[in-house]
Amino acid sequence: MSKYYLNYLDELESEAIYILREVWAQFQNPVILFSGGKDSIVVTHLAKKAFYPAKIPFALLHVDTGHNFPETMEFRDNLVKELGVKLLVGSVQEAIDKGRVMEERGKNASRNVLQITALLDAIESNKIDCAIGGGRRDEEKARAKERFFSHRDEFGQWDPKNQRPELWNLLNGKHFQGEHFRAFPISNWTEMDVWNYIKRENIAIPSLYFAHDREVVWRNDSWIPKSEFLKLDGREEIVTKRIRFRTLGDITITGGIESDADTLEKIVDEVATMRHTERGNRSDDKRSESSMEDRKREGYF
Amino acid sequence: MQINNNQLLRFTTAGSVDDGKSTLIGRLLYDSKSIFEDQLQAIEATSKRKGMETVDLALFTDGLRDEREQGITIDVAYRYFTTPKRKFIIADTPGHIQYTRNMVTGASTANAAIILIDARHGVIEQTKRHAFIASLLQIPHLIVCVNKMDLVGFAEQAFNDIVVQFEEFSSKLDVQDVRFIPISALLGDNVVNRSESMAWYQGSPLLHELETLHISSDINKIDARFAVQTVIRPQREGFIDYRGYAGRISSGIYRVGDEVVVLPSGFTSKIKSINTGEKEIEEAYAPMSIAMTLEDDIDISRGNMIVKKNNQPEMLQEFDVMMCWLNNQPARPGAKYTLMHTSNEQRAIIKEVVYKIDINTYERNSEDKNLNMNDIARIKIRAAQNIMLDPYRDNRNTGSIILIDEGTNETVAAGMVVG
Repeated sequence: MSKYYLNYLDELESEAIYILREVWAQFQNPVILFSGGKDSIVVTHLAKKAFYPAKIPFALLHVDTGHNFPETMEFRDNLVKELGVKLLVGSVQEAIDKGRVMEERGKNASRNVLQITALLDAIESNKIDCAIGGGRRDEEKARAKERFFSHRDEFGQWDPKNQRPELWNLLNGKHFQGEHFRAFPISNWTEMDVWNYIKRENIAIPSLYFAHDREVVWRNDSWIPKSEFLKLDGREEIVTKRIRFRTLGDITITGGIESDADTLEKIVDEVATMRHTERGNRSDDKRSESSMEDRKREGYF
Repeated sequence: MQINNNQLLRFTTAGSVDDGKSTLIGRLLYDSKSIFEDQLQAIEATSKRKGMETVDLALFTDGLRDEREQGITIDVAYRYFTTPKRKFIIADTPGHIQYTRNMVTGASTANAAIILIDARHGVIEQTKRHAFIASLLQIPHLIVCVNKMDLVGFAEQAFNDIVVQFEEFSSKLDVQDVRFIPISALLGDNVVNRSESMAWYQGSPLLHELETLHISSDINKIDARFAVQTVIRPQREGFIDYRGYAGRISSGIYRVGDEVVVLPSGFTSKIKSINTGEKEIEEAYAPMSIAMTLEDDIDISRGNMIVKKNNQPEMLQEFDVMMCWLNNQPARPGAKYTLMHTSNEQRAIIKEVVYKIDINTYERNSEDKNLNMNDIARIKIRAAQNIMLDPYRDNRNTGSIILIDEGTNETVAAGMVVG
């Protein structure tokens, strides 16, 4: 075999860097949607590579639900300092205080859906014309239909049945005033690819991804971490377990799995033998069969 | 699983549920253990709710609510699976609505296409359509799966007849590598595992073919083409004079020290350095994303192309393309569109519709000049300035264009340069 071919991880990396550079070339004010989760961390790492030796030309936008893991916030602030980039915050608490959205009630209340308003407000007030996300097509069935360059109308809505066809490597980011785009450079990566890449590049990630002891409660088939926002019903009981998180979101909806994987090597091995999807531990996706599609149509990540 | 040097293979599957396409994809994913338990539980629940007795694997490939409700595929969906030998990306394209538009989209980056034929029905109009698009888009490898062999008693004769039928019409097409496999997606024969019912078939099962197709030569390694996406100017200490030309190599190989020509200006220089991220490398090749610096300080910007002195693309303002119209709004001859080609953008007009092609019969029609959605035609384009082109047949990256409607910003057409 010829030596002039790329392995799949190099090819995925090259594709992602190409997309990030297209974003930079085609938009006026693009940002990276940064959640502190592994996917947005990988996107940020790729942006570092794409523009080396210049620094990342994008600000990071964090949609802050107010229900964060403290570890995520610390990680975010350190990374921003290290990269020397600007941090923008879209605050769900502010949207609630201003009466833009109503807090959900009840035991399973979460601020997940409320993020849509905070995100769209932040996009509008900062005049952002492209928000780069770490969404992957293998995550969820509605996301499997996403383009690399995904158009949002002036209300921030996604119309999955009327998307621009994307051929070869030609990405069309043209838009009118008030509209914006979402760009997904790691669309073609799977969870396994992300972990293999983190391991290969030795990328720093929040400690939450590694096995640790934590107080948790068993709810909706996963271990929900104890926090000031957690309301227990009479039958639920806080226990200490050795767990880790496969995905990171709001502290109220992100469930952990029991695990002893405390190194990247062990995580990669564990993910390779997983029989459930990573979003299976996210109660936001369990609300209905099309909950992701519905949220995405309205402007979700 | 270890990180290894496995390659990535992109393939497209075209067809309808009736051909067993979804069942085939479901089978590939299921037998390669790429379906997770919660995904399986979800489609089990849906199958039950719909009153089905067995699990409908086709549900696994439906993404949008309307698709699940109507049992059809509306848009290209991407699926992923990995075996110890390769990583695969499936572009699953619908057979019903807007078939041409979506199939063209899925085919544009594919290394291979799977064409499904129902063993009971043989070659039908849809087969010809799929084969035509695969050849038009120059998908390097075609795998014709004759499916539902269980329903024709696994008969060798039935398979051979279809092979002859296919070869008869495909001789009119420009296809390089075609192979035929008799399968039963439902029972799993010759999909992942070798069929016990078709001992007469000497070839490999489908997955083995996909794992071993020679794809390293799919990318043109001869003609060096590098379109500049953006210029990196760090303007910080240690890099004050750094001007890196960033882009993804379309084809060919570049080495430090190579003499290069910048198009369209024609200025010449030598490659001083090549980087991927922080790493300096000596040579780079397609499809790597790199940043390159040159020995001389010349004016280079997005849309320029860096090539080798003795191997240059054509610079043309007027040229012919085979075009697929992708939009509800018909083409407006004489109207201005934005043309995108590599990282270059120009205004352009459709000068003339030379002929349209009936993709079912392959007949040319020079009378009808209207271009509607899903139509394929040879057209003449005139751009505002010269474009650095290669024939699509030689180079899928520098031989392809799209047109964007300036009134709606939508991508309305895809074109392949005729050379």
